[in-house]
Amino acid sequence: MSAATQGADKDERIKEISRFRQALIRPELGGIVGTVAVFTFFLLTAFDSGMFNAQGVMNWSVVSAQFMIIAVGACLLMIAGEFDLSVGSMIGFAGMMIAIFSVTLAWPVWLAIMITFVLCVFIGAINGFIVIRTGLPSFIVTLAFLFILRGFTIFFPQVLERKTIIGGIKDAAEGDWLAPFFGGKVGGPIFEWMGNVGLIETFSRGTRAGQPVVDGIPMLIVWAIGLVIFGHILLTRTRFGNWIFAAGGDAEAARNSGVPVNRVKVLMFMFTAFCATVFATCQVMEFGSAGADRGLLKEFEAIIAVVIGGALLTGGYGSVIGAALGALIFGVVQQGLFFAGVESSLFRVFLGLILLGAVILNTYIRRLITGER
Amino acid sequence: MLDAMQTGAPPLVQMDNIYKQFGGIHAVEGVSTDLYPGEVVGVLGHNGAGKSCLMRILSGAMRASSGQIHVNGAPADMKSPHDARAFGIETIYQTLALANHLDAPANLFMGRELRTRFGNLDEKRMLSEATEALRQLNPNFKNLREPVARLSGGQRQVIAIARAIYFQAKILIMDEPTAALGPSETAMVADLTLKLKQEGIGIFLISHDMADVFELCDRVMVMNKGRNVGAFRIEDVNKDDILSLIIKGTLPDDWEPRGNSR
Ligand SMILES: Nc1ncnc2c1ncn2[C@@H]1O[C@H](COP(=O)(O)OP(=O)(O)O)[C@@H](O)[C@H]1O
Ligand SMILES: [Mg+2]
Repeated sequence: MSAATQGADKDERIKEISRFRQALIRPELGGIVGTVAVFTFFLLTAFDSGMFNAQGVMNWSVVSAQFMIIAVGACLLMIAGEFDLSVGSMIGFAGMMIAIFSVTLAWPVWLAIMITFVLCVFIGAINGFIVIRTGLPSFIVTLAFLFILRGFTIFFPQVLERKTIIGGIKDAAEGDWLAPFFGGKVGGPIFEWMGNVGLIETFSRGTRAGQPVVDGIPMLIVWAIGLVIFGHILLTRTRFGNWIFAAGGDAEAARNSGVPVNRVKVLMFMFTAFCATVFATCQVMEFGSAGADRGLLKEFEAIIAVVIGGALLTGGYGSVIGAALGALIFGVVQQGLFFAGVESSLFRVFLGLILLGAVILNTYIRRLITGER
Repeated sequence: MLDAMQTGAPPLVQMDNIYKQFGGIHAVEGVSTDLYPGEVVGVLGHNGAGKSCLMRILSGAMRASSGQIHVNGAPADMKSPHDARAFGIETIYQTLALANHLDAPANLFMGRELRTRFGNLDEKRMLSEATEALRQLNPNFKNLREPVARLSGGQRQVIAIARAIYFQAKILIMDEPTAALGPSETAMVADLTLKLKQEGIGIFLISHDMADVFELCDRVMVMNKGRNVGAFRIEDVNKDDILSLIIKGTLPDDWEPRGNSR
């Protein structure tokens, strides 16, 4: 073998190692490690508790899906360099608007949902415009909206209906064409078949005897998966995704390269509001009511999921898949502790520990990737 | 290289009577200057003299309070960096500003990404084009898929220069391009600057390094407190003349053009 080919061989090997490294060391790594750890933990401690039968899986899947929906929006916004602390209030506000439009004003539910989406996405745009026009930190601007929106969410139903919870949405949504896209379930026949052949349990008594214990996948989960896929493709496969990274990394440099930074940021505020409204609509359709306290603290849960997922709080770095895994960890831990029979107040202790561990691990991974010190 | 100046063809860039105020601060006051193809014009002055403002006005990153810009003889209204690019104006900054967590191809094509016919990023083509563009400037350029945060200052500046070449800049603004670099990287950027000049690109070079200025520039313009206090062919001045202009805003009392007489 000549020296030249030996040299080439060596080069190839270096390339392979770096490719392996690249495949392994990525922003999602912390989320993947966390997910494996959390599942291992609960498989060992709570396997017999019902956490992993059909009903149990559906239980934590739904909770995780809720976190995922708002985490996708928060993730893209954080990578673009901004926060939205009004997400929780937006959830309460959007739900209340749907209830007021469809019950108090007796509009068709599809119209109530559509108007609410337009209204909330518009409020998201206002958040964004104030941030880019004033140059104030989005932390402060959206904190103001946290109070403003929550205030209206309590004020409107009290003035209009003299109560803080508006019910009767299920009846109003009967026969509506749009409501099932948020409150319905898909895959019913498949689950029926699985029940019939014994793949999943069926009810043995009561009015639903013979029916499978899980009769479909809630649209909430479909939305969560759809938004995660959309967000991931947008971020990694389109030029708009590169602009999101650039806007959050060094906005001035991005502007100088011709990236429409303001447009990117405003659109991300609008997308976050959209995600919050999806969450609210699914919730209202499931409960059949809207309450003035819905969505409390959701903004922080979304941000926590995103940070567990490896995103940098200061922007310019992160991953939608990571955020989705963060949401999954969040949901599994919250419901898993319940299955494992752990005192529920300890959930916060676990959450704090996971958050701390994830952030330390993610910082280490990020340094490996970017070489920063 | 000064042929164009003598044949009477319109200059590549002509800036007339540019003013820029920030509230009470007069950052640029009635500055006029021009630039011809294949020429390097040094823009010198103290910190705060208004050099960056003047150049940012040309690159569309800042709007002048008043004044006109002509490119190739035609009026040019630069509302954004995007507009400036349409006139073939590119800028290289001292801050080595790039999107840190994206790789070299993503940064080279930032704002002008190549796309497949389905509208998604054409990563393959961007990688191969970027590889070629970067290797031409610096054969040692590897790690193209790594986030640029891992790269040295010199490599980052090579990306910025490659961007200008790839998109066929006619006019290049270099705002202290070597201020954040070490000596060998500074020399590399100086080499590249000469190469760009030979290709007929007109360059405005902001620099505090007198050695660089005398090596690279054909003409210099000195700014002091927002005003243009002197523009000369480089043969007509020496280092002391320039320092006097930078510090006092005037030439030494006994000055006369040095190049023509000797
Ligand atoms: N965006 C801005 N807002 C307010 N003042 C500015 C801004 N940019 C520059 N200035 C002021 O304009 C003057 C000229 O600045 P600059 O052009 O950056 O100087 P130089 O590049 O020559 O060091 C300085 O007094 C600076 O403080
Ligand atoms: Mg400057």
